[in-house]
Amino acid sequence: MRLLEIRELRVGFNVYGGTLNVLNGVNLHLNEGEKVGLVGETGCGKTTTAKSTLRILPMPPAEVFGGEILFNGTDVLPLGQKEMRKIHATGISMIFQDPTASLNPVFTIGDQLRDTIRYAGIDGHITKKEIHERAVLSLHDVHLPDPERMLKNYPIQLSGGMRQRICIAMALATQSQLLIADEPTTSLDVTIQAQVLRLLGELVEQKETSTILITHSLGVVREWTQRVYVMYAGSMVETAQTADLFHNPLHPYTEGLMKAVPRLTGEGIAEGISGRIPDYLNPPGGCRFHPRCPHVMKVCREEKPPYFTVDADHQVACFLFKG
Amino acid sequence: MTDEILKIRDLKKYFYTKHGVVKAADGVTFSIQKKETLGLVGESGSGKSTVAYTILGIYGPTDGSIQFKGQDISKPWTKRPKYFKKDIQIVFQDPGSSLNPRRSIRQILELPLKVHRIEGNGGREEQAIRLLDKVGLPADYMYKYPQAIGGGERQIVAIARALATDPSFVVLDEPTSALDVSVQAKIINLLMGLQDEFDLTYLFITHDLSLMRNMAARVAIMYLGKICEIAPTVEFFKNPLHPYTQMLLSSIPVVSEKEEEYKPKKIIPQGEIPSPVDVPPGCNFHTRCSRRMEICSRVDPDMVTQEEGHLVRCHLYTGA
Repeated sequence: MRLLEIRELRVGFNVYGGTLNVLNGVNLHLNEGEKVGLVGETGCGKTTTAKSTLRILPMPPAEVFGGEILFNGTDVLPLGQKEMRKIHATGISMIFQDPTASLNPVFTIGDQLRDTIRYAGIDGHITKKEIHERAVLSLHDVHLPDPERMLKNYPIQLSGGMRQRICIAMALATQSQLLIADEPTTSLDVTIQAQVLRLLGELVEQKETSTILITHSLGVVREWTQRVYVMYAGSMVETAQTADLFHNPLHPYTEGLMKAVPRLTGEGIAEGISGRIPDYLNPPGGCRFHPRCPHVMKVCREEKPPYFTVDADHQVACFLFKG
Repeated sequence: MTDEILKIRDLKKYFYTKHGVVKAADGVTFSIQKKETLGLVGESGSGKSTVAYTILGIYGPTDGSIQFKGQDISKPWTKRPKYFKKDIQIVFQDPGSSLNPRRSIRQILELPLKVHRIEGNGGREEQAIRLLDKVGLPADYMYKYPQAIGGGERQIVAIARALATDPSFVVLDEPTSALDVSVQAKIINLLMGLQDEFDLTYLFITHDLSLMRNMAARVAIMYLGKICEIAPTVEFFKNPLHPYTQMLLSSIPVVSEKEEEYKPKKIIPQGEIPSPVDVPPGCNFHTRCSRRMEICSRVDPDMVTQEEGHLVRCHLYTGA
């Protein structure tokens, strides 16, 4: 069953000097129980996509110019505050990149965790005792020692890795159907990253939470997800089963990205991709990758490429794969 | 006469804080050959930047010695002769904050020339253009400001600035960790090209072991202010000895099956780096080590040579 489906989503930011056309027709879907990766470089619109889905983009300056976001079959874009609140409470949760910035420094872990659980229980009555028990249980789930004492701590008393575990506990405490993890391990050291990712993997499997993992690290995507979307300058350029994508990257952008990753085998580093991400005030027409593409053709400058299906589940937005 | 350009022996840098003494570098010993790249790897808080800053003289060392080209420079920069400062340069992690936003690229590049009174042929403007040319940026970048150019280009300007005084030794403090991989590839290739062209010696600091594999000739791993393993890169990745090194390697997310073979199996990363104010007694890694022995919590192991150039500081190899 489709849990989430984003169709042709276009979002821009009205700023002094014009409109930044960031999302340029995003298409993404997620089945129940799936672990999907969204990978791309800084400024390609990964977080904007996530925040649009949760409707937490500040509007203005942001504005939705078109498309729809179907969550459980309902378009969330026209929903009112009350219905949106319900989705935030038990439908979709999010883990942000920087756990230090997403926890409030003046409240204890317990205050914040209990708040989240109380908020999720808006539909039915839930006693203080139950809330406390669930808070303790959720800390236990993320393997934090001595949960009772942990609840009395302030974020500053914990290390970065522990703070991110708290954020994971908060996101999963509400039994949401969908979890969006936006670069959950980018600010952590590599040994801590490995621990947090493994923990997150165990928990979403155990709770059967569908997950979108947003990251810029191809390695993390390969080890963690089943299916992956590669995003460039506001739209998905390629999607495939993870193993398939790493064996057979098709889009010139994906290919360039893969080559630029330094390998443990030490075969040197390729040149990377020339040029840089386009200016969203005045993005290039046609395929947005064409100014940087080594295989650019005439048609690329004129038309935005549709998705060409190469294999089952492997689609690529590039005219090289037409027909 | 050896070809050692930099020799650090038993370097200590302590910071005295309200909460206790932070031993940011605690007995660090290594040396770097001319035209070599030594990689210094460690998690945040391991003291790798402290070591770099002490070499540069931003901090004076608490104890130990730093010899550069045979002369002792274990003192803060205020007490160092100017020609040493010219010879040792640094590229910082975040080009957004290491370049003054209110100065044009030209002013940024001319400052070191002014400070060191480098005239050269054709005046400073000519030299600034030549510096930009060295790093492959067009001359019209002279009149741009840092915020008008991309993050990668900013880092390239920072590299050009470091080269302005014609140094022989450059510290690269995580020069690409704020950048995307496609940009990182460009910067790394540029750095390696410049090294060949100008016979530079690099101390390359990073937390990214896969990058290190492609960049450094030798690798040193730091943990809580001490070096726990140092070896030539190829040997290091083929045969990692220290349990911490093995844990680091097994944590790296890789993009191909071939690389999986380099990751030590059956090692599960655990625990977090302890507070540097409260360093565990004995071997500082014993709290997270999977092969901990009784002796580890009591005695700090000595550095032992396992093979030619491969040193490790662990009781598993001291024969204890």
